[in-house]
Amino acid sequence: MRSNLMMTAAAGAILATGMTTAVVADGHATDLTLCWAAWDPANSLIELSKDFEEQSGHTMNFEFVPWTSFADRMLNELNSRGQLCDLMIGDSQWIGGGAENGHYVKLNDFFDANGISMDDFLPATVTGYAEWPKNTPNYYALPAYADVVGWTYRKDWFERPELQAEFMDTFGRVLDVPASLAELKDIAEFFQGRDIDGTMVYGAAIYTERGSEGITMGVTNALYNYGFQYQNPDQPYDIEGFVNSAGAVEGLQFYKDLYDVGTPPGSSNWYMGENIDAYRSGQVAMQMNFAFIWPGVEADENVGGGNSGYFANPPGPAGQFAQLGGQGISVVAYSEKQDAALEYIQWFAQPEVQQRWWDLGGASALRAVVEQPDFATSQPYAQTFLDSMAIVKDFWAEPAYADLLIPMQERMHNFVIAGEGTAQEALDGLVRDWIEVFEDEGKI
Amino acid sequence: MIHSPMDRAAAKTPDGVAKRIRGLSDRTIAWIFVAPTLFLLLAVNIFPLIWTIRLSFTNFRVNRPNNDVEWVGLRNYQRILNDPDVWATMQATAHFLIWTIVLQVLIGFTLAYLINKKFKGNDLWTTIIVFPMMLSPAVVGNFWTFLYQPQIGLFNYAVTFFTGGDPASFSMIGDVHLAPWAIVIADTWMWTPFVMLICLAGLRSIPDSIYEAAECDRASKWRQFWTITIPMALPFLMLAVLFRGIENFKMFDLVVQLTGGGPGNTTTLTSIDLKREAFEKWRTGYSSAYAVILFVTVFGLASIYVKALNKVKER
Repeated sequence: MRSNLMMTAAAGAILATGMTTAVVADGHATDLTLCWAAWDPANSLIELSKDFEEQSGHTMNFEFVPWTSFADRMLNELNSRGQLCDLMIGDSQWIGGGAENGHYVKLNDFFDANGISMDDFLPATVTGYAEWPKNTPNYYALPAYADVVGWTYRKDWFERPELQAEFMDTFGRVLDVPASLAELKDIAEFFQGRDIDGTMVYGAAIYTERGSEGITMGVTNALYNYGFQYQNPDQPYDIEGFVNSAGAVEGLQFYKDLYDVGTPPGSSNWYMGENIDAYRSGQVAMQMNFAFIWPGVEADENVGGGNSGYFANPPGPAGQFAQLGGQGISVVAYSEKQDAALEYIQWFAQPEVQQRWWDLGGASALRAVVEQPDFATSQPYAQTFLDSMAIVKDFWAEPAYADLLIPMQERMHNFVIAGEGTAQEALDGLVRDWIEVFEDEGKI
Repeated sequence: MIHSPMDRAAAKTPDGVAKRIRGLSDRTIAWIFVAPTLFLLLAVNIFPLIWTIRLSFTNFRVNRPNNDVEWVGLRNYQRILNDPDVWATMQATAHFLIWTIVLQVLIGFTLAYLINKKFKGNDLWTTIIVFPMMLSPAVVGNFWTFLYQPQIGLFNYAVTFFTGGDPASFSMIGDVHLAPWAIVIADTWMWTPFVMLICLAGLRSIPDSIYEAAECDRASKWRQFWTITIPMALPFLMLAVLFRGIENFKMFDLVVQLTGGGPGNTTTLTSIDLKREAFEKWRTGYSSAYAVILFVTVFGLASIYVKALNKVKER
């Protein structure tokens, strides 16, 4: 009798499990995979997505790849029409290729049907992460992570009276956040090789990385502000005299000078990770880096808690700009779970989710979040984030962006780090390389 | 010669017995055994090679599936061979190849010669010396990046300790002139043990009786070294050169980890350049032509070398 009861109970349990599964299947519970880079914000997204799982019944899986191999891995996935990723937070430069090669689903109808308006997001992020062609209302992504290059500095060092006095004697002004790139170079030079608390420190950690996109993401912060333009504003793909203008040459020379006089020895192949390490370990007085690192800086026991300050990329003679980072979230065209993926985007676009995204250490591009009266004081870096997002410029987002990026990496590294030729020759060479690419692409 | 009951049974088996197994001939059975291997070889080696050669004459780009694929003849080859940057990477590769082989053979042979002497603890020393080649190249790259670090790197400290300079005054991987040597040193550290092991096998294959005969003839140690040790170990040395040459021609991970191909292009080897063309710029046709050129170069040089190696072995 007892065994019969046990059998009945087991059968009931199996039936119940089967019924539960059937109910979930009926409700279209889906396993979704989101692909992104492996970095701090990705961890925040995992945390955030738990709410989505709870609400929707879908399960979220994550495929995160380190930045150094992110483009290789993910573009390979898209080009091979792989079905690994249902959602892709691809780099901003990929939007052209994603749209033209049919990798991303066009989202206009979906946005219209669900009341998602691009007017609700910061204009720079819409242009940078979502539109193709640029400045046209064709959307292939929802702005997901707003990011920009800015600066972090050792506020505690800057405030030291003896350094203040020495700086004043040398430069005749207060040691403070630089008001221009030229002033930034002075400060970097001032700290270079200085002994602070028994440790030799250096001026600034800047982007110099050779293999992926590092030096381009760094050098553009000087080029833009000295007059570099990607093309003639009145004639697309007309680059001669814009890429290699006199101002651009001056800007490139500035970046090389900054590298030569104000950066740690051996920092010839540094990007985000190396800059963070140098700053947090107390090697440098300032670091150039994307804004995503700021929550980590604040939380750091050595440099956080008021020891660090933040400032937007300082202006140059031709204006104030900063290199855009960040990404939009897209639905992959090869996914068989597009409905569920779109559900995720609809959920992610909600103001309360975006607010929680910011609270968890993400960077919302939604105006309802960043334009709140108390946003600027919500974190020590929030005002700098706003200032920086207002001055962004991005690299080419053409389908051939990689063909444009690689020669820029080579030309910039050859000049800035290896000291080959002159700034004029480097930019003239870049013009030749880019013209060849555009000719191959049939653009000119 | 019949040695065992199995041999005797096999000898008694009449010819063509296989024909009675499901009506298959010996030849068919042989094909059944060989076919899977042959198929794998064709699928994994021969087909991709032929496909690559075919693509090398087109403008195909794997990231532009919607574009028409055009037959461009020899244009890709012409572009590559006329590109000064490609020749610069060839030059960097040649520098890396020559110096790593020279250093690894010299040091590896010397270590093998010393280890070959019977002394207490030589097994332990062999294990210690062999350790670096057990590591992953990416790990070695990372490890040497720290060693070369100007502020905290042990390498810089050691160099400047002897020269009296400031450790932070020079950077092995940040200096155009030093970076090529930085990768040569790291690769030599990693792969010299491999050369040592091959040389050790060569040295241990020389019979003691030859040295004993030389002793009887009152030949000096120096004379024994040049007339017995070197000639008899030479085929092994040449084999080590062949292995290291082919491996270093393909060198990628260690260099990427150490220098990323920089500063500038000074350590951009052909494999790194090819990867950028194929999987960053996605110029599939162009990179296929590039790969074919490299394949022909390695295959040609290796064939010549193997012929020379065979001649040395025949002596």
